Amino acid sequence: MGIVVRLLSKRSFDLGLPLLILILLATSPFYAPEYTVILLTSIFMYIIITVSWAIFSGPTGYISLASAAFFGVGIYTSAILGKALPLPLVIFIGSLVSFCLALLVGALTLRLRGIYFVMFTFGLVELLLHFILWWEVNITCTTGRVVPTVSNTTVYYLMLIVFVILMLTAYFIRHSKFGLALQSIGEYEEAAAHTGVNVTVLKITIFAISAFFMGAAGAIMATRWTYIDPRIAFNPIISFLPVLMAIFGGMGNLFGPVIGAAIFTYLEEFLITRFPYHYMLVFGIILLIAILYLPDGLVGLIQKLWKRISGGKDADT
Amino acid sequence: MIIRILDVAIAGLMLGGIYALIAVGLSLQYGVARVLNIAHGEFIMLGAFISWSLYTIFGINPLVSMAICGPLVFIIGFILYRTLYTSLRNSSASPAVFEGKSLLASFALLFIIQNVAILIWGADIKGYSYLAFPVNLGGAKFAANRLVTLGFAIVIGLVFYLFLARTRLGKAIRAAAQDPSAAGLMGVNINQVLALCFGFGALMAGLGGTLISISYQIQPTMGLEYTVIALIVIVLGGLGSIQGSFIGGFVLGLVGSIVTYIQPGLSLVAYYVIFMLLLVAKPTGLMGK
Repeated sequence: MGIVVRLLSKRSFDLGLPLLILILLATSPFYAPEYTVILLTSIFMYIIITVSWAIFSGPTGYISLASAAFFGVGIYTSAILGKALPLPLVIFIGSLVSFCLALLVGALTLRLRGIYFVMFTFGLVELLLHFILWWEVNITCTTGRVVPTVSNTTVYYLMLIVFVILMLTAYFIRHSKFGLALQSIGEYEEAAAHTGVNVTVLKITIFAISAFFMGAAGAIMATRWTYIDPRIAFNPIISFLPVLMAIFGGMGNLFGPVIGAAIFTYLEEFLITRFPYHYMLVFGIILLIAILYLPDGLVGLIQKLWKRISGGKDADT
Repeated sequence: MIIRILDVAIAGLMLGGIYALIAVGLSLQYGVARVLNIAHGEFIMLGAFISWSLYTIFGINPLVSMAICGPLVFIIGFILYRTLYTSLRNSSASPAVFEGKSLLASFALLFIIQNVAILIWGADIKGYSYLAFPVNLGGAKFAANRLVTLGFAIVIGLVFYLFLARTRLGKAIRAAAQDPSAAGLMGVNINQVLALCFGFGALMAGLGGTLISISYQIQPTMGLEYTVIALIVIVLGGLGSIQGSFIGGFVLGLVGSIVTYIQPGLSLVAYYVIFMLLLVAKPTGLMGK
């Protein structure tokens, strides 16, 4: 009986806390200052990119550096179609184009593992960047594009909606048989294939789903940046940040990448405003410390501390 | 027509010399020391800026300043491996974990070195004029500094090759490249050798940087572009193969020169197309087995 009550209360706690946070976030434009809303939008953008990166790369161990490509494709779709079509449709098309690109890349890179996959995905970003740069200069004779703007609040709500859909998707993938199958690919791909996992289809599908959300984030973010050119849209840093954020937060559970992305984005914003000339230096040092002393990320550290405080009773938390 | 071919070919070789040098450096760091050093280009940038300072402030000939900035970046690289990467290597459960962690650590280094360089030298594009008079080569005209660059790249490459092939330390490095743990069991001081390799990689980058500063304009953010080119070259030549990287550098330089002749602005696109086709078709590289 006691166990049932505890289980019930734990269940309602698990559901209640995210719901409460969600309501607080959804109503924040009504009471929070505009700056906070803009900062939250950036935080959500990085959370979306990081969590979608972690959906695929976390369990499988395939480190993808193609995030900037998918994000950039979303941005460019927004820039090209933004004037002609309503925004939700533009976002959907942007996501869909990213999705299709990921299907193609996934099919091409099936044989690649380890460092070769990393290099291929990084090459993709640079290839798209330089090709579109050349195309814009020589064929369409433009150097940049102007994206129609919408209000900060609209951008915020769009990001929030994509974030919620992404978290639900990530949760379902993680707790379904597909999550287990992905995990098994990460541990031993041949064994996974032999136990009946359709490795190829699963990898490509999850990779494409993760690209879908990155494309959505890009399409939304373009409306806030208003002016874009290939170097802004396909910034290779966007490929590295999700990896760093996910590792910083810890990839052991779903909240690690979320917390990592949120703290990282806030830290970056704080450092840029406080130390405009030294922020990369401080950022790099923090990163080094995190790599050297936080092997399981921030969430891992909190769990370790929690274990110590509670005297090791809840060893499985 | 022949002059045009000569024009393109020599320009390609000159570009290729620099590519070859920086790729050999990255190949040592990745192929032997197992660090995919994203900050490789930052060592190139350091070499370029140190030479620039020595030339503009003290009037030191850049070819002489190689003897100063080469050892300097070598020491930085060596110390970095002995402290940072060795402790990461010891705390990593498997080589794959170490590869991931060292990639992230080198990314942090990229941030740090670039920021320090901007603080010291400012963010502007810089350059100086050294041996800029034209030389006539069978009808095609080239700046003398580019020919010097090519000559030095080849000499440095050959000297390093002889060092690897003929000396005891070179043998130890080749053994460590094949199998670090077996080399360790055979009495090679593996931590020392890997750190030396990382240092030599930085040395190559520093020398490459000096050569780049002679013929091209430099700025503190130039590093990543060269890192990416070095990456393409080491895949082209086969990961871990030092000769492959050296030859691959010249191949890529020629390709770049030909593409620039046909359609300027597409040379980087061509590099990536080759790179990605190669990764899909033959990931072990042109020289790989």
